[in-house]
Amino acid sequence: MRIHPRITQRIAVTVLSAATVLTLLILIFIIGFIFEKGLPVLSLKFLTSSPEDMGKAGGIFPTLIGSVILPLLAIIIATPLGICTSVYLCEYTKETLGTKIIRFGTDCLAGIPSIIFGLFGYIFFVVTLGFGWSILSGGLTLAVMILPTIIRTSEEAIRSVPKSYREVSFSLGATRWQTVKKVILPNALPGIVTGVMLSIGRSIGETAAVIFTAGSSLRIPTSIMDSTRTMAVHFYILAREGISAENAYGTAATLVIAVLIVNLSAYWIMNRFIAKRS
Amino acid sequence: MKLVSEKNVQRILMAAAFSAISALLLIALFIFNEGLPFIFKYGLKNFLFANEWQPQLGKFGIFPMITASLWVTFGAMIIGAPLGVAVAFFLSEYVPKSVMRIVKPTIELLAAIPSVVYGFIGVMVLAPIIRNNFGGPGLSLLAGSIILGIMILPTIISISVDSILAVPQSYREGSLALGATVWQTIYMVTIKASKSGIIASIILGLGRAVGETMAVIMVAGNAVNIPHSPLDSVRTLTANIALEMSYATGIHRQALFATGVVLFVGIIILNSIASVALRKRMVK
Repeated sequence: MRIHPRITQRIAVTVLSAATVLTLLILIFIIGFIFEKGLPVLSLKFLTSSPEDMGKAGGIFPTLIGSVILPLLAIIIATPLGICTSVYLCEYTKETLGTKIIRFGTDCLAGIPSIIFGLFGYIFFVVTLGFGWSILSGGLTLAVMILPTIIRTSEEAIRSVPKSYREVSFSLGATRWQTVKKVILPNALPGIVTGVMLSIGRSIGETAAVIFTAGSSLRIPTSIMDSTRTMAVHFYILAREGISAENAYGTAATLVIAVLIVNLSAYWIMNRFIAKRS
Repeated sequence: MKLVSEKNVQRILMAAAFSAISALLLIALFIFNEGLPFIFKYGLKNFLFANEWQPQLGKFGIFPMITASLWVTFGAMIIGAPLGVAVAFFLSEYVPKSVMRIVKPTIELLAAIPSVVYGFIGVMVLAPIIRNNFGGPGLSLLAGSIILGIMILPTIISISVDSILAVPQSYREGSLALGATVWQTIYMVTIKASKSGIIASIILGLGRAVGETMAVIMVAGNAVNIPHSPLDSVRTLTANIALEMSYATGIHRQALFATGVVLFVGIIILNSIASVALRKRMVK
C-alpha cells in the first residue's frame, strides 16, 4: 500500500519535531535538576570555605582554585602552539603530505578518550618526567587534550579572514609575518578566543584526565608542583563514595554554572564576530 | 642579525605545527611501551578472549569488558543515532535559519555538561526508574546506554547539520519543483547527498561512546560480567582502567595499560574511518 505523500510529510514533521523537543527537554531537565537540588546549597560561604571531614561538611574553596588554575595553565601552554599550527597550515604552506599528516594527527588526537590522556599524563608527566601528582602534570595533560580544539577553531577563524585583506597588506610591501601579525591575527582574534573559551569549558568539566595527573589533594596549592583537586574531581569523589549528597549537589551546580558561563560567553563572542563580518 | 626574520618565523611555526602529531606519537609510544610487553608475555589471545579478570590471582582476561564496551556502545547508538539524525534533519530542513541559529548552540550545550554530571543524573534519576520498572540493580547496561546515547547527541547533531547544510540548495529546489514534499526531498535527495557526513558523525559519536569513562563508571554498575540482559551490571574497558588505576602496581598496572592499548587502537581505527568519510564529503 502506498501512503499519500501528504500523510508521510505530516508523520515526518511530527516525528522529527518530537525528537527535537525531546532533546531540548533532556537538556532543560539536566540543568533544571542540578539547579533545583544544588542552588539551595550554594552560598558565598560554600564557595569560600574549605571542605571539612573529606567534604562531608564545609565548602569547596580549594577545588575552585584547582578548577581555575588547571585550565588556565592548559590554555597558556596550548594556545600559542595551537595558533602557530593554524597560522602555519593556513598561511605558510600549500596542501602537502606534511599538512595531511598534521591534519590527520590533529583529528586523531581530538578523538582520543580522556582516560587515555589520563594514562599518558600519569606515565609521562607524573612518573617519567618526575613531576608527581601536580598542577604542572595536570595542566600539561589538559593542554595536550585541548590542543586539537584550539587548532581547529583558530584555523577556521584564520580562513574566514577575507583574501583581499592579505592582498592589500602584501601590495603595501608587508612581509608574510607582518601580514599575519598586523592583519590576520587581529581579524581572526574573536574566532580564536571562542576556541579558547570552549577549551576552558572542557577542561573545567574534565575528570578522568585530571584525577590521575593532578591528584586529589584538598589543600590549597602554594606551588605549581602541588597536587590539587578540581571541582569535577571533587564532585566525582563526593558522589561516588557517597560522602555527602548535599555537597555533591552544591558542587555540581557550581560546576554547571561555570561551564555554562564559559560556553555562553564563547557563543556570544562568536555571534558578535559573525554579526560584524556580515 | 634579525631574530624575527621571515625564515626563523617559518621555522618556529613549522615546529609548532608538528606539536599535535608529536603529542599523538608520544601518547602511543608511552601507552604501548607500558602495555605491549604485558600483552606479549601474557599472550594476546589469553588477554583478549579469556573471561576471568582477577588481578590478585594473576588472571587478566578482558573479554567481559570488551563485550560490555561493545554492548553499551551499541545501545547508545540505537538511542543516540536515530534521535540525533532526526533532530539534525528537523533543524536543517524544516526550521527557519534564525530558529536553527538559536536551537543548535543550545543543543551543543549538552556537550558542555561534564560527564560526571551525566553520571550523577544517571545514578539519581535513571537507575531508580529502571530498578522500579524493570527490576535488576538499576545501575546497568541499559542505564549506561541511555546516558551515553544522550551524551553523543551533540556530536551527531552538530556534524550532521553541517553536512546536510552543505548539500547544494539547487538539489532541493529541483526536487521540490518536481512536486515532492519536504520529506520526500529529504529521504530521496538530501539524505543521499549528505550520507558520508552523517555516517562520519555517527562514527565519531561511536568513538565518544566507546571512550567515555566517568559517566559509565557511575551508571553501568562495574561488575566484571558478560551481560545476558540489558539489566545486568557491566564494566567497560574504560571503567576497568579508571577504577583500578589508583591502586594498581606492577603487572596489574601493566595490564591496565594493555587495556589502554586495546582502547587506543580501537579508537584510532574508528576515527580514521570517520575522517575518510568526512574528507569524501569535502572532495564532493
